[in-house]
Amino acid sequence: MEAGLQYIANGLMVGGIYALIALAIVLVYKATGIFNFAIGNLMMFGGFISWAFMVQLGLPAWLSILSALVIAAVVGWLVNRFTMSPLIGQPILAPVIVTLALAYFFDGLVILIWGGSVRSFPDFLPGESVHLGPAVVSSDLLWAFVAAMVVFGVLALFFQRSRVGLAMRATAESHQIARARGINVERIFSITWAISAALAALTGVFLAARMGLEVTISAVGLKAFPAVLFGGLESIPGALIGGLSVGLLENLAGGFISTWVMDVTPYIILLLVLIFRPQGLFGLKRIERI
Amino acid sequence: MAIDRPCGTFERDYAQDMAIVRTPLQWIILIVGLAFLFSLPLFGGVRIIYLLNYIAITLIAVHGLNILTGYTGLLNLGQAAFMAVGAYTSGVLTAKFGMSFWAALPCTAISAGIVGLIFGLPSLRIKGFYLAMATLAAQFIIISAIVNIRPDLTGGWSSLVVPVPKIGDFAFNSQFRMFYIIMPLAVLATLLAKNLARTGIGRTFIAIRDNDLAAEVMGVNIFRYKLLSFFICTAFAGIAGCLMAHWMRAISPATFGLHQSVWLIGMVIVGGMGSTAGAVFGTVFIRLVDELARTVGPIIAHSFPALSGNISAAAGPILFSLVIVLFVIFEPRGLAHRWEVFKTSYRLNPFAY
Repeated sequence: MEAGLQYIANGLMVGGIYALIALAIVLVYKATGIFNFAIGNLMMFGGFISWAFMVQLGLPAWLSILSALVIAAVVGWLVNRFTMSPLIGQPILAPVIVTLALAYFFDGLVILIWGGSVRSFPDFLPGESVHLGPAVVSSDLLWAFVAAMVVFGVLALFFQRSRVGLAMRATAESHQIARARGINVERIFSITWAISAALAALTGVFLAARMGLEVTISAVGLKAFPAVLFGGLESIPGALIGGLSVGLLENLAGGFISTWVMDVTPYIILLLVLIFRPQGLFGLKRIERI
Repeated sequence: MAIDRPCGTFERDYAQDMAIVRTPLQWIILIVGLAFLFSLPLFGGVRIIYLLNYIAITLIAVHGLNILTGYTGLLNLGQAAFMAVGAYTSGVLTAKFGMSFWAALPCTAISAGIVGLIFGLPSLRIKGFYLAMATLAAQFIIISAIVNIRPDLTGGWSSLVVPVPKIGDFAFNSQFRMFYIIMPLAVLATLLAKNLARTGIGRTFIAIRDNDLAAEVMGVNIFRYKLLSFFICTAFAGIAGCLMAHWMRAISPATFGLHQSVWLIGMVIVGGMGSTAGAVFGTVFIRLVDELARTVGPIIAHSFPALSGNISAAAGPILFSLVIVLFVIFEPRGLAHRWEVFKTSYRLNPFAY
């Protein structure tokens, strides 16, 4: 029972990280209809940038994270401008393969600049492990979880209140109608990509603080795909619920069955979702006409 | 491109119209080309034969992927994992159960094909991007299953040593000898892929790709043909994996990671989807780019010691991703399209059209 509580606590906390990545994917998918397979690599890239500012340049933690977010946003903008814009109107395979290729581009870039070895991330988050009843949660996971919740709250406000946020929702609804109402759709695409990349970088910082920094941590991004599909591709609350569920189920499976099952659990969830409810919990069901 | 036939060639019946090889000149080119290809080990260096073997093995998997993605229009992000199924089927059968390579070879096609059928099942309800996700799941589930379910048989993460194929006392124990197993199979796979496109099955695949609902209305059993396409695709991958195992003589799960799957898709894209010639072009092109990265990386590292070590590891992924992005943006129909354009302009020369 106590072990179970521990798994649940860990699962929810890790699920917070998955939810953040899932959110970064869903934002771009809603607005542009492109599923970003490179999100894990953008995340890893963001982690490396903030590490470079923090350790190589010796800047304070908050400043380096802020700079990393800004740089990641610029990178996201560039990705959209130079690789995604030319693909508008192409079949679904084109953006899929380009984002997969971009994933390798960021891998190569990070290896080129920082090499392939493991870096330890400075312990910038204050506090010690927290006891929640019988379960113990490490402080960096708790910080990541809190950050995820704050980001979800801020974004919810952003989409409800701000002009850009409303324009983004309108664009997600229909590109043509949004354009007819005077919204610059291409600019919205760029903003969406920038926000998404910045979110990925933020996740990268928390992940690096937890696991250390290495090229291969981008694989965590792949585990957010099941979360996205579970919650529904177009749904922001779905990203949160999907992320938490995947984290939870993964940790329960790992705890009660075996550790290797833990690694494939997200993908088994993915397959089950695809077979039984392809649109996910809150996604839109597609109706097709010939 | 049926409209621009070579000058002076007339079709008098359907058999001629459907023929793969049309003119005497094409027969000559084909026979001389094959003779040249198979005599290469007589005067080629070991490096070239190694590269040719590698290209030929990859080509078999790419043909399979091209049938699924190019003809049927279903994405597969897990082709390397299906290769792993073939490789480990053959590896376990030959190394642990003492089966001969020749008996294991067909088994690999069947086992990989059956695993492919299982992961093709979601295609009943989903397509496009969602199916890409299902095959992505296949990539991780298969590799994890190979590593963890029976590590006593497969060796887990460490490598499994595979015996050398033999006929009687003759062992295929060098690059040159393996060439004569690998290359005929690659040629056969090319022929099969080319032939499939003109059969009823191939045309059904194309109908499903162009509009699956319309195909269903016209009486195509979509689910059956999608599964058939999955089976063919993964059976090709199984053969490729089997050859890979016996060619490398030791296999480990890391050989068949997600990056390999992405490279295979990249080859299909660069070559041009839905074209057998394209699959050949794409495979050769990407493997040569890879080889270029391997050659150029150390040279740059030598000239700029500050980057040493990093550049040789980074050159491959960066070059590959740039090639893919540039191709998708500027030449989405791939090298095969360029080749058709070239052929047409050659035939119409000196006229513009």
